[in-house]
Parts: sequence; C-alpha cells; structure tokens
Amino acid sequence: MIRVLLPAHLRTLAQVSGEVKVTVDGPVTQRSVLDALEARYPMLRGTIRDHVTQQRRPFLRFFACAEDLSHEPPDAPLPEAVVTEAEPFLVIAAVAGG
Amino acid sequence: MSKVRVLVGTRKGAFVLSSDGKREQWDVSGPHFAGWEIYHVKGSPVDSNRLYASQSSGWFGQLIQRSDDGGKTWKPMDNKFVYDGIAGTHQWYDGTPHPWEFKRVWHLEPSLSDPDTVYAGVEDAALFRSADGGQSWQELSGLRGHGSGPHWQPGAGGMCLHTVILDPANPGRIFIAISSAGAFRTDDGGETWRAINRGLKSAHIPDPEAEVGHCVHHIAMHPSRPGVLFMQKHWDVMRSDNAGDSWEEVSGNLPTDFGFAIDVHAHQPETIYVVPIKSDSEHYPPDGKLRVFRSRTGGNEWEALSNGLPQRDCYVNVLRDAMAVDSLDACGVYFGTTGGQVYASSDAGDHWAPIVRDLPAVLSVEVQTLS
Repeated sequence: MIRVLLPAHLRTLAQVSGEVKVTVDGPVTQRSVLDALEARYPMLRGTIRDHVTQQRRPFLRFFACAEDLSHEPPDAPLPEAVVTEAEPFLVIAAVAGG
Repeated sequence: MSKVRVLVGTRKGAFVLSSDGKREQWDVSGPHFAGWEIYHVKGSPVDSNRLYASQSSGWFGQLIQRSDDGGKTWKPMDNKFVYDGIAGTHQWYDGTPHPWEFKRVWHLEPSLSDPDTVYAGVEDAALFRSADGGQSWQELSGLRGHGSGPHWQPGAGGMCLHTVILDPANPGRIFIAISSAGAFRTDDGGETWRAINRGLKSAHIPDPEAEVGHCVHHIAMHPSRPGVLFMQKHWDVMRSDNAGDSWEEVSGNLPTDFGFAIDVHAHQPETIYVVPIKSDSEHYPPDGKLRVFRSRTGGNEWEALSNGLPQRDCYVNVLRDAMAVDSLDACGVYFGTTGGQVYASSDAGDHWAPIVRDLPAVLSVEVQTLS
C-alpha cells in the first residue's frame, strides 16, 4: 500500500479524511500512484493531472521524504520510504490566491 | 403554495436561498462546495430537483456537480471537456495565434424537455452537450468550425462562451454569445452556426461593424416570443425582432449603456431590466447609486428603480449571469453583486430588499419557481 496525503479540497471531494492508501501493482512511480488513486476515487480525475496531457496541474506539487519531486519524470521510481509506507506521497496545493 | 428557490454561484461556493411565494422570509443553505468558484448553478425546467453546478478552481480545474434532490446532496459528474478533433488556434490578446485550451465552464443550460440533457458554455469558447445527465460531454464543434473561429479574441475575462439560450418553439435553434466574438445561432441543433451580429457597432475593434469581434455581455429572451432578443453589449443595449438577423440600439435614456446583466419580465415580454455600470474602466454603478433600470416598452424608455437599493457609496458590479426572474403572478426579480449581496423584488422591481448581504462575490443567480 502507498500512503497518499491529498490537499483539503480534494479530501472533501473524495469524501475521505486524513491519508488514503492505494494499492499499486508494479513499479511505484508518480504515474502508477496517481493511476491507482484515480481508479479508487474517480472524482479526482482531472483535478491533479490534466485529462488529456496527463501533466501535473500548475498549482500542485508532489513531495515525498522532504523532497520536491514535481519535476521528476512521471515514471521515475518514488523513494523506497514511500514504497515501504514509512513516508507518504504528498499532493500539495500551492499557497497562492486569496 | 408556490415556493421560490434562488441558486447563487459565488467566488467561494454555492448558496441556495428558499422562500414561500410571499418572498419575505428566506432560508439560506450553503456554502456548498465551500472554497470553490461556482460560476453557475441551474435547474432543469422539467425536473425541478435536477440541478447542475459548475465548480472550478485555479488549483484543481473543473468539476461538474449534479443534484437530484433540489440541492440537498450533490454528486460529481464527468469533468472531461475535450475539444473535438484538432483544437486549432484563436487570436491571443496580442493578435498572435493561440491554441484553444479548456479552462472552465461558465454556463450550464439544461434542456427544456429532457432533464438528462444539458449544455455547457466553456472557456476557451465552445459549446458542449451531455445527453446522460453529465456523465459524459461532447463538443458541438460546428460552432468552433465556423470560419471565423481563428479570428476570435478573448475579452478581459477570457474567451468565454457565457450565454446559451434554447428556443422553446424550435428545438433545433440555439443562441449563444461569446466574449469577445459576438452572438451566434444554430437552426439545426448545433451542426452549423451563423454569426448574428448585424447592427452591432463596437468602437474598440478595427471595423466597428465587423461580422465577429463584438463583446456581447449577455442576451435575454422571453419564452413566449423566441424571435425577440435583448442584448447587453459591452457598450449599448440592443434589441432584435428577427432572431438575431439584425439588431437595433435601444439604450435610449439610460445614464450609461455599459453593463453586464439583462433580463425580461416573466409575464410582460416588453418589460426588460438592466443594471447600468459606469464604464468599461470603472465597473460600478454611476454616482455610487445602485439602480436597476426597467423599460416597459422593450427599450429606449427607461425608468430607474432604486427603492430599497443603496443610493450612496455603492461600488459593486452585477455580473452577466447574476440576474434572474421568477414566474409568480407578481414577477420577482433578483440580482447578486460582487459585494456579496443578493437583492430581491417581489413586485417586478418597484421595491427591493436584500436576501443576504455578506456572501462572497456573486457570479450567478438563477431562480426556480416551484409549485
């Protein structure tokens, strides 16, 4: 299982509280984690990645293990600590706007 | 006894305001979708419990919400708006070609006959339709395929398709308006479209009488006379008596003919309402006085309606989709402001009172008259 922490608005949309856990088959990457997340919570489709381009939305970032992974390739392996559930994969909403 | 349900979209959520037919005591429900921009909420005319809401944010993009119980509960629907075929380009602010990019849904227009069919006017300008209650969306791409598409340019608020009017007498006829391309009409259910901007004059474009390029802010129609249209343009209030084939100005004695909202009395097709705004560079009422203007003659002769509205130090705006009417015997008129007030009149505009004063900036107001 992979631990994922969503921003508050997406937790409300997905009707979850706190972290969620998703099962990933195969390599644990940004893409595979987000695929698993969207499969379990279809209402999140299009809110983290663009429907067509699959690009990360500009005002969101991906963090793990105190590192900003936003610009890592989507198929790059996530840190081992995420794979072992020691650390969550964080989807962070930028601090912007009013 | 009849009831009224006012659906309010704001910068930070949706609100449902409910009252009985007297329209004196109001119940306020919300915020729904707290913290999200709600550009528009509208109910099906054939199933009053079926509501559609456009929910969006700069962070998370577009969502479509649907309620089947009059707004008590909501369910997210499909939010995949993909342009049909190669999206192509329109003109950017600097005149260069710019790819068509979906940004948000400005307006949702439920079908007049089928609660599962709903149209979505989007930015960058296009018209989508769902025939399954919002579970999937398909573009009516004939509109963007109109030969003028590559020349359309965004207005200050973006290149938005903000007005969708369905003709109750002709199922194949739809009117739409785009800022700032102008007004268009289809007579074949969206397959083909024609620009309907003859008679519009816009000083801010190179050819003031061009076929396209006009910044139409909103259009209103009375369902008993679908060939008669009223338009609030960037500047000028206009009227067409031939389904948009030609327009004439009816600004008459308005203190300023700039504005966004326009609507028609529910029972008097020649009685129309606008909220004059000072200018395109000062988006608030002239002299700090919030006044609705009513014409009982279909334009040209206007009277100020100010009873109950602030008459000093008022500097709010009333946006294009933020005015609506109910269909009770004494027609109710409603509008919301960027200052968060929603005002109501239960006597066709003679007297006004706020339903709520301190909502987030109001983006849209729609009304359902419930029996």
